[in-house]
Amino acid sequence: MAIETTPGADQTQPAGGGPTEPGRPRPWWMRPAVHTGLIGAVIGYLFGHWMGNALSPDFSPGGSNYAAALANNFDMPLVLGYVFGTVGWLAGLGVFNDLGRLMLGKPLPDIEHAPEGGLAKYFRYTLDHKVVGIQYLFGMIVYFLTGGLFAMAIRTELLNPTNHIMSSSSYLMVVGEHSTMMMMMMSSVVLGPFGQYFAPLMIGSKRMAFPRLEALGFWLTPPAYVILVSGVLLGGFPTGWTGYAPLSIQSTPGMDTYAMAFGLMGISMILAGFNIIVTYINYRAPGMRWSRLPMFVWSMFTVSFLQVLSVPVLVAGLYMMLMDRAWQTAFFVNQLGGSSYLWQNVFWFFGHPEVYILALPGFGVVAEILPVFCRKPLFAYKVGVAGMFGVALLSWFVWQHHLFVSGINPDMRPLYMLTTELISIPTGFIYLVALGTLWKAKIKFEVPMLFALGMYFNFLIGGVTGVYLSDVPADTTEHGSFFVMGHFHYTIMGGLIFAFFGGIYYWVPKMLGVELNKTLGKIHFWTMFIFFNSTFLPMFFLGMAGMPRRVFEYAKNLQPLNVWASISAYLLAVSMIIFLVNFIWSTLFVRKRAASNPWNARGLEWQVPTPVPPENFEHIPVVLSGPYEYGVKDAPPMADLNPPVGVVAAAYAGAGVEA
Amino acid sequence: MSVPVRVVTLLVAFALVVVGAVFVVAHFVLSNPPTVDYTGAAHNGQVNVVLQEDPQNNSASKPIWVSYYVMKPGANPNSQSSWVHTTLFSVPPNTRVNLTIRGYDGCTPLRNNFWSQVQGTLGNVVALQQFQDTGKSVGPVKVTSIVNSWSGCNVGHTFAIPSLGVFVPVASPNAYNNGNKAGLCGSSPCVSGPFSLESFSFMTPDHTGEFRWQCFVPCGGGYVDGNGGPMQTIGYMTGQMNVVSS
Amino acid sequence: MTTPEATTGAAAAEPRHGLRIFLIWLPLAIIVDLIVWFVWYPHFPPGRMTDQAQGQQFDIAVMTVLSVPVLLFIWVYFAYALIVWRRRPGDEEDATPIHGNTRIQATWITTTAVIVLGLFVFGTVQLIVPAGAGAGEGPSPIWKPHVNQLLKVQVIGQQWAFTYRFPQFGGIETTHLELPIGEEVQFNVTSLDVIHSFWAYQLGVKADANPGVNNVAFAKPQQIGDFTVRCNELCGLWHGAMFNTGKVVSPVSFMAWANGIRDRETRAGVLITLPAYSLTYDPTQITSLGNTLKKVLGITGSPGYYYSPANPVQP
Repeated sequence: MAIETTPGADQTQPAGGGPTEPGRPRPWWMRPAVHTGLIGAVIGYLFGHWMGNALSPDFSPGGSNYAAALANNFDMPLVLGYVFGTVGWLAGLGVFNDLGRLMLGKPLPDIEHAPEGGLAKYFRYTLDHKVVGIQYLFGMIVYFLTGGLFAMAIRTELLNPTNHIMSSSSYLMVVGEHSTMMMMMMSSVVLGPFGQYFAPLMIGSKRMAFPRLEALGFWLTPPAYVILVSGVLLGGFPTGWTGYAPLSIQSTPGMDTYAMAFGLMGISMILAGFNIIVTYINYRAPGMRWSRLPMFVWSMFTVSFLQVLSVPVLVAGLYMMLMDRAWQTAFFVNQLGGSSYLWQNVFWFFGHPEVYILALPGFGVVAEILPVFCRKPLFAYKVGVAGMFGVALLSWFVWQHHLFVSGINPDMRPLYMLTTELISIPTGFIYLVALGTLWKAKIKFEVPMLFALGMYFNFLIGGVTGVYLSDVPADTTEHGSFFVMGHFHYTIMGGLIFAFFGGIYYWVPKMLGVELNKTLGKIHFWTMFIFFNSTFLPMFFLGMAGMPRRVFEYAKNLQPLNVWASISAYLLAVSMIIFLVNFIWSTLFVRKRAASNPWNARGLEWQVPTPVPPENFEHIPVVLSGPYEYGVKDAPPMADLNPPVGVVAAAYAGAGVEA
Repeated sequence: MSVPVRVVTLLVAFALVVVGAVFVVAHFVLSNPPTVDYTGAAHNGQVNVVLQEDPQNNSASKPIWVSYYVMKPGANPNSQSSWVHTTLFSVPPNTRVNLTIRGYDGCTPLRNNFWSQVQGTLGNVVALQQFQDTGKSVGPVKVTSIVNSWSGCNVGHTFAIPSLGVFVPVASPNAYNNGNKAGLCGSSPCVSGPFSLESFSFMTPDHTGEFRWQCFVPCGGGYVDGNGGPMQTIGYMTGQMNVVSS
Repeated sequence: MTTPEATTGAAAAEPRHGLRIFLIWLPLAIIVDLIVWFVWYPHFPPGRMTDQAQGQQFDIAVMTVLSVPVLLFIWVYFAYALIVWRRRPGDEEDATPIHGNTRIQATWITTTAVIVLGLFVFGTVQLIVPAGAGAGEGPSPIWKPHVNQLLKVQVIGQQWAFTYRFPQFGGIETTHLELPIGEEVQFNVTSLDVIHSFWAYQLGVKADANPGVNNVAFAKPQQIGDFTVRCNELCGLWHGAMFNTGKVVSPVSFMAWANGIRDRETRAGVLITLPAYSLTYDPTQITSLGNTLKKVLGITGSPGYYYSPANPVQP
């Protein structure tokens, strides 16, 4: 593959000064970016819609295929419209341009050419992993807040059990949108912004293994978001994020938006995970032994295996659902030999690793933050890593705990109870590491540390209630009730999202080069922590008192707790507004330049200047010690950023030395 | 970008987001078909409510779905303008509701024939009379406690308010059995075509609230188990009886 | 919890933090556990109306008693750490580097493993002893009550109401459930369309209703009273409104009620119109309709004609 060192011919136009003159880049509106992507999306959608209509049989009342026509008349144009719309979006963005160049034998543009300033690169198919990380950061904040708005609608409806402000179908639509937006998008909420940005920096690499796949992974998320939100125009889907058949096959076309959006996001997750695995195995700097990898890197690594192996199962299940809906196959419908259990098992085989995809990055972020603000090495590093591997491995063996009362073979239930209980052992290792790190530490209560501590507090409650759910007799009452709702909000929101915000306060000085206001940060933390607990703690009691999930009517005596939870939820939204104000104010107006290592951390990502140069490191560093050697006398710095000439070459020549 | 430009961009973006959210909420989350108010038509503790069910409807988006219609209180049932395409109506509490349903749609077997039995009405009976497309009645009024959907082409739809225990099968017009030349009514809201007239009464509770009602005949053609589409869309085959203080 | 050795040979005046934490935690844990067991346990969900519900209540109590010390330990440790080991103003030094402590790690791993495995054994025993603990066991239940006679109740979930059939009373069907006290009840839960779930809260019974599947659960009522039945699996538009109530009554009342319904349904001619009692139903095959079925074929109908009638059932 020839890599030219000058911009490719089609990126520039002649300056008029002759063939030796370097070309000027074309004006921004002529280069592929979001605006051309939108045009491509519209054209693709219209084409797909037309094709779907052409493929659907006509329906005339009394015709022989009236039934078949009724059944699939509305799904095919929509599904094909979305498929081609996404392809058009990607084509308009320029995703296929390099593929086209290769096929036509043209040279590819240099991916390491001179950087361009300004904001335009964030709206393009840019191959720099740092740009992709920042794109993810802004995207994830938008997706999270959209999901949060839907949550506000849910809590408003639940204020009164008998007087309803929205119809039951609107309520189910809102529930489905909230839950799918969160479960779909938040799988990449840490891996996207922080994993992509810091993965190469933390291992001492100049780049990711597959920059094009990485950028593609991000640019699949806007169509997933738009397709999911467009479900609102179609009346939504009535199944919640779990999409149980046969209800999903019975639904009106809003259900297709769920399948398409989740499928696209799934593909994004697979690509991102694959990229990270290859990068971590192959691009570690010399001296970066596996035993010196930061915990955040380990969490990204284990999560990526989960993504690569479990998400294809989801995509297959969604494909089967779309086939059932658009072409009248019968995978999930009993009448013609399918089974409602098939979807449940396929979905949860993905669904359980999915929740660990959500939880593990949270563990990684807080394990990264804790040593810096305790000024101590991470306690029992190997146990922590074993914990992450244990959680990841065991997560494949527990999925039937979502199906304890569904009529599965009763022999299986003690087995899955055992595996689910066992998973609390590696999860406990995370706490062992935290407790040991706090022992005789010198704790500094900066905002990231506050969020990390909040994460540990919340996840503890979430984890312990998980043990309640794993006990099959107790699960008979708790399954499908608000107890489960409390459990997973504590683990996912209390765990992952608190870690996400901790990561934002910790890493934004490096990513965006600005400091976030500390006072507002502390106000954000305390309001979020107090109102988060106030919103979700009552849910355990609501569930134990008999309130099922996804209902818009409930027993009258449960109204006071529901009102309490709803009001707390509004105040939780206020804390998000405080965060937004802080974020926008600090990045847009105050713009106080951040030091390159404001937390005095040892990690490799803090040894590079801010803003991070486009090639990350001027020379590949040689790693000398681990990232957590605080307080160790005469500990060498983590890496030598200017190794003597020949050291790197020698390291590579001695192949297999540094495994 | 200079500070004023940033401020303006931020305000514009914020305004767009707010407008977008308000639009979504108003048009999609909070939108409902209209509610026909019968509270004003109640006299002496009784109110007469009239509904009809049709083989199709006059909406622009889903014209082939079966649908219920609600008549405006006290209007002329033979005029199309008397009928509102909705399934929401409000009645006062502690009132005897005399519900009349005109069944214009053809027959479909119940998924569970248990719903052939009349339950929850006063006397657990309905009064049933069939009419030809000319408007002439076929036979006398029959008072019955069961309209068996599995012994003939008998049941068109049902009307059920499960939380009040009201479950009533609505007879179909026996379109091909009663000497009708034309088939079923072809344009909605139906004012011509054979129909069955069914009346029954029940009491509304003494507290306010929203009581969902639904049909138990799976008449969503083209949906798995027949229970999709119009069966799950408010304004077609399912709705709410709102008990409100007058 | 033992005090870890100081790995850096620090000054002897260093307070024994581990002991302090232990001494704060122990009394708190004991007091709260006692309150949980003696004050709170009798009020735990789901109550004591059936053997199965009592079993679940006991399970929840045991788990709470075990989880309280765990929660308290972490909270006490964190609070202690954040107060005692916070950075003093002006101190810019790093803390003492402790990379690990094999004894602590081994103790932790062993303790957590013992607790978890103990809970597994406990949970399995509790699943077997009260005849399946009220959970749906599928068509072939393995943990059954050892009685000669039980009352069979079929719970039929349909969009959007539960109905109940009693095969021992001629197959009558009702919308309201009454059960006799002191007798083992076998619930055969099935569905006519999508997945529902039969959750009789006070009875401690939860079993998913799948189309074409018979899901069996057991309960033995021990107290007279009312119970609510709610649908626990999202089944479409009116899932949230799909609930009804039931009563546990004396055996005499129950017989009178069931026979009364049988008489009424026989007189009204409903009983003969119902399909024969079966553990699952396929509403697309209505044998009693026979020839009439051909006449009523059309675009609607209980299969919804999602699949063309010409499609073979098996390929």
